[in-house]
Amino acid sequence: MENEVLRIEHLHKVFEGSVVLKDLSLTVRRGEVIVVIGPSGCGKSTLLRCINALEDIQGGQILLDGQPVRRDARDITKMRQKIGMVFQSYDLFPHKTILQNITLAPEKVQKRPRAEAEEEAMELLERVGLADRRDDYPRQLSGGQKQRVAIVRALCMHPEILLLDEITAALDPEMVHEVLEVVLSLARSGSTMLIVTHEMAFARAIADRVLFLDDGEIVEESSDPKAFFSKPQTLRAQAFLKTFDYE
Amino acid sequence: MQSLGIDVLFKGSNFLRLLGGLWTAVRISLISVAISIVLGILAGMLMTSRSTFVKALLRVYLEIVRIMPQMVLLFIVYFGTTRVFGWNLEAETAAIIVFTFWGTAEMGDLVRGALISIPRIQYESAAALGMSETAAFRYVILPQTVRRLIPLSINLITRMIKTTSLVMMIGIVEVLKVGQQIIEANRKTSPNAAFGVFAVVFLMYFLICWPVSRLAAWLEKRWA
Repeated sequence: MENEVLRIEHLHKVFEGSVVLKDLSLTVRRGEVIVVIGPSGCGKSTLLRCINALEDIQGGQILLDGQPVRRDARDITKMRQKIGMVFQSYDLFPHKTILQNITLAPEKVQKRPRAEAEEEAMELLERVGLADRRDDYPRQLSGGQKQRVAIVRALCMHPEILLLDEITAALDPEMVHEVLEVVLSLARSGSTMLIVTHEMAFARAIADRVLFLDDGEIVEESSDPKAFFSKPQTLRAQAFLKTFDYE
Repeated sequence: MQSLGIDVLFKGSNFLRLLGGLWTAVRISLISVAISIVLGILAGMLMTSRSTFVKALLRVYLEIVRIMPQMVLLFIVYFGTTRVFGWNLEAETAAIIVFTFWGTAEMGDLVRGALISIPRIQYESAAALGMSETAAFRYVILPQTVRRLIPLSINLITRMIKTTSLVMMIGIVEVLKVGQQIIEANRKTSPNAAFGVFAVVFLMYFLICWPVSRLAAWLEKRWA
């Protein structure tokens, strides 16, 4: 397919003797927003970590723009530049200011001129409402603000796809919203994203496609998130979604 | 009240001699610290190496340094090795060797601690931004390690300055030894000199070590 960004074929991942991902295949098209949900320990985060080769894989392959992503490959740093990732928390560099956090990789890895990198960083900071914090250090920011900076830091590398790994899981509830608003606006502007989250209302609003992962495999997949969340087809998805309801 | 015995310091060049002794002590510790920092960073990186053999070897080295009193090390190097190996060692060189041997081990352990205290996520987010291992170490890991290291290594410097008082045991005339000489020479005329002279020596150590330890505290707070 022409507009396909990422293709995962028969991905197999074993960690300390137990199988984490079983023969998992997935294709992500440009501009598509895919939300991955599932119980903890089901392999969602591992899936994201495999995609940019933070984890070894034991079988199958991952292709970005038709090129294999391999942990031991010489071009792995090149491949990772095309894959943006935001983690659950604490991934900003504490010894650098907000602006430096964002421009470090564009300057040192992509060798872009500082002025140009800073200009783009400021535009992006403006978009997430944090332009006035450019010279602060991460410890001076709230959790929600830090995550917005982490998103900007990933965006400034111009990735083809953005991986968001439970980026609101460590936040106080009142900060979740401000971060998810940013992600929603990215989705509207056409970013390709693979999102792991526990925020079901958010998943329903943003997803073009929902994957329900359990025990290392895709149990249910739906291109109609509204239908999926109101009437999941499989028993396991029904049981999982039920844990979010209180009566 | 009896005389405090400070007057002897104003006789002849006594006070200048005392300052000279202080400089000897500070010189030995500064040279040792400088070498220890360089070797200690290497030792610390080796301590986090994947090789169990290298790690075990450095562990033994660190334990030896911790268990052995510095004075015994000084005696072994200055009196022992010079006889057995038949070489000629200046007392000050022997002192620098012993202090560096000690400092490298301690500094190495501090570097090791600082390196492993950097959370894994820092390595991972650097990698996720497309940084090579070298770039991640240089721009992300090393600066954080150094920030954690500086306050700790400054404390090591003050400990070294204080421990230089031992080197008079191998014949180096440092501040404490000069103090003793002044007291001995004036035993008849100022029998109370022991108080005054040692009190001034105390103040000298204090004036050197206190700002250094304040600096450590300030840096610790600033970079916390």
